[in-house]
Amino acid sequence: MTQLTLDQLEIGSIAVVRRLNAGGAIRDRLMDMGLLPGTLVLAEFRSPLGDPVAYRIRGALIALRRSQAREVEIDLSEGARE
Amino acid sequence: MSTPLPILEKAQRLRAELGEDYHDKLMEAIYADAAQIAESSMSRSSRHASPSFDRALDRALTHPVGGFLTMGIMFFVVFWITITGANIPSRIFGDLLLDQLYTLLHGIASALGTSPWLSGLLIDGVYLATAWVVSVMLPPMAIFFPLFTLLEDFGYLPRVAFNLDRLFAAAGAHGKQSLSMMMGFGCNAAGVIATRIIDSPRERLIATLTNNFSICNGRWPTLILIGTIFVGGAAPPALASLVAALSVVAVAGLGIVMTLLVSWGLSKTWLKGVPSVFSLELPPYRPPQILRTLYTSVIDRTLIVLWRALMMAAPAGAVIWLTSNVVIGGVSIAGHMVNLLNPLGLLLGLNGVILTAYVVAIPANEIVIPTILMLTLTLGRNIAGAQSGVMLELDEGQVYSVLTQVGGWTLLTAVNLLLFSLLHNPCSTTLLTIWHETKSRKWTLVAALLPLGLGVAATFTTTMLARLF
Amino acid sequence: MTAQTVKLCETCPAYDASALKRLGVKVGAANYVVALAGNPNTGKSTIFNALTGLRQHVGNWPGKTVARAEGGYDFNDRQYKLIDLPGTYSLLSTSVDEEIARDFILFGKPDVTIVVVDSTRLERNLNLTLQILEITDRVVVALNLIDEAQRHGIQVDARHLSRRLGVPVIPMAARRLQGIPELLQAVEQVAKGLYTTRPHRVHQFGAKLERALNGLIAQIEQEYPGLPNARWVALRLLDADASIEQAIRDHRLGELNRDIEAASTEKAAPAEVVA
Ligand SMILES: Nc1nc2c(ncn2[C@@H]2O[C@H](COP(=O)(O)OP(=O)(O)OP(=O)(O)O)[C@@H](O)[C@H]2O)c(=O)[nH]1
Ligand SMILES: [Mg+2]
Repeated sequence: MTQLTLDQLEIGSIAVVRRLNAGGAIRDRLMDMGLLPGTLVLAEFRSPLGDPVAYRIRGALIALRRSQAREVEIDLSEGARE
Repeated sequence: MSTPLPILEKAQRLRAELGEDYHDKLMEAIYADAAQIAESSMSRSSRHASPSFDRALDRALTHPVGGFLTMGIMFFVVFWITITGANIPSRIFGDLLLDQLYTLLHGIASALGTSPWLSGLLIDGVYLATAWVVSVMLPPMAIFFPLFTLLEDFGYLPRVAFNLDRLFAAAGAHGKQSLSMMMGFGCNAAGVIATRIIDSPRERLIATLTNNFSICNGRWPTLILIGTIFVGGAAPPALASLVAALSVVAVAGLGIVMTLLVSWGLSKTWLKGVPSVFSLELPPYRPPQILRTLYTSVIDRTLIVLWRALMMAAPAGAVIWLTSNVVIGGVSIAGHMVNLLNPLGLLLGLNGVILTAYVVAIPANEIVIPTILMLTLTLGRNIAGAQSGVMLELDEGQVYSVLTQVGGWTLLTAVNLLLFSLLHNPCSTTLLTIWHETKSRKWTLVAALLPLGLGVAATFTTTMLARLF
Repeated sequence: MTAQTVKLCETCPAYDASALKRLGVKVGAANYVVALAGNPNTGKSTIFNALTGLRQHVGNWPGKTVARAEGGYDFNDRQYKLIDLPGTYSLLSTSVDEEIARDFILFGKPDVTIVVVDSTRLERNLNLTLQILEITDRVVVALNLIDEAQRHGIQVDARHLSRRLGVPVIPMAARRLQGIPELLQAVEQVAKGLYTTRPHRVHQFGAKLERALNGLIAQIEQEYPGLPNARWVALRLLDADASIEQAIRDHRLGELNRDIEAASTEKAAPAEVVA
């Protein structure tokens, strides 16, 4: 079984961040946006062209490109749908 | 450096002791406290406006079909209101400033016995240029800016950036470039400054170099006028203003396409690299304060942009007048320039007069059309009674007949002018800003020559194609 | 621009309407320097405009302000120089677009830092607030956009928040000028030292980190006496921040704050007006 990453999270579903794989500036940015291990993330909606996706993170709505979301490992938070 | 640096050594030692994930631990500790404090100080009551309204709106505005449709309609409506709404005040201003006050000023000058040279330079040159800028620019700006500011205050612009991001990513550019691009639709100098929100120097440079493809205030009047008399004029009268607005939106849309294409080209060649981190916070929708927005956008944006344009137009007016009245070897300087540029102009499906006007209008694009009219008339058969160096206010029908009969314009000339007005060097204020921001002569030069080169290529191609078929 | 006396809040009985004079860009030798910090799009420029009478651009998207702007006001016969900064998410990262704000908060030596917080996104905003409280204790929190919070059914207990953070917390709706007088008073009290703040410190750092930090801070202070924010420099060094390491190698660390001061005369557009 492969590890789920944030870009695979379905719209409307909630997940918990497990790990950030990115390093350097990308990692800093993701953390500044509030993405840390243990953070709850809800995938809110997708851009008309498929990328980026807007996520609800700590109350704020934040758009991430797929290439960034791929760097975030997640665990599905079962039954949790908003 | 070889001197031992105890601080750095100590830091390194401590870092090893603390372990790799020190930064993460730190951030986690801060966020944990933040979450706990926020939680304990907040309470929600469910009776109020739920976030589901915002959410529904977001879903609609970023819907695969609806999102782009709304975007198109929104901008079309903004331009349409601007074009139709500006008509009447423009005419009133024109009548007042270019006709009545102008005649009055000449009356006063001759009563005072001012020399024709002085009154020509001041009234026909400086005054008329500034008066034209006021009557042509003020009304559309006073409508466009408040509308745009309302959209901005509501929180719509970041959604536009969100919708378009995929395209910018494909072009190797930063997602926030669409925000600086939006600012450029007001003023390119402001757009260039707005690129500061872009973190990576490479992508910021791309955004800077392509900002000129956003049609700015100085160029809207040219597009609107040519779109109205040549494109709208070709449509049935009932649809004329709709078609005119569409043609303007088409050129603006072409500008966005050019922004993407050139960004793509730059990021594949000169400014190679991968797109950097992109994260964009989409702010909550907030109801704008309508009256306040109207007030501040008129004061802060309209009047200030207008003031800058006037500062540019006044000396340009003097230059136009001088070049048309200083005669060397029986021909005015303007005449020499037109003759010099004419072969190139014709090759591009334009003419010497248009190119001369663009040279004269480097400081302020808004005086392109009046300069073209004035030069066309004074150098050609003077059917509307223009004097040398006097810029004219003619109504639309007259403009059409002057351009076609005296200037020899065709629909091809008009289309090429539309293209050229999108694709040419930025105005001097924008270039100065680019120089300030990049601190590089090279990139300023590129910013000037790249769009100019594209403009030459584009008009040359359409002309070739038109002549082939 | 002439100094204008304005009525701020006719409905607040306790407030002396003549106490505030907006000074526009006319600030000479001010008694206090006050910085406006906070996440992007929280209303910093709106507060700046309300206090100085200037017209910095405001707009509902993050990143509206890109350069530092300065203005001034006079409150109870003291002159304050107010600095509007671009929004920033964190002091602990290296992003270039946040550099102007970060550098000023850290090395501009403001007498008071107003942290403007969006009350509808409190958790997210407190991240930066806590970071700022780590490095300075002269802080006033402006809990802005409470009108929006109310519209969404969110109540924030400002008193409780103030107790937890250890600094004054002023609920505001800056766009309607609500809370401005209270903010002025709080800034005055912190500036004059009449309000003793007890800033919240993040203690879960762990004793190990705290020990490491203290050791490093002692060494930094010994080599660079008078350097503001040795604690932050230490935090960054532990994180191997390349630019700080370079500054130490070039013996330029002590000049960092001087750079900021020099830049303030050169770069800071006095509420530059660009559309
Ligand atoms: N409803 C409401 N809106 C506000 C309030 N304060 C500011 N705003 C609006 O919030 C938006 C952001 O305000 P700004 O003052 O530009 O925010 P900023 O913090 O300077 O933003 P950046 O410069 O991008 O960091 C604008 O549209 C303001 O009109 C408030 O108290 N209530
Ligand atoms: Mg601002």
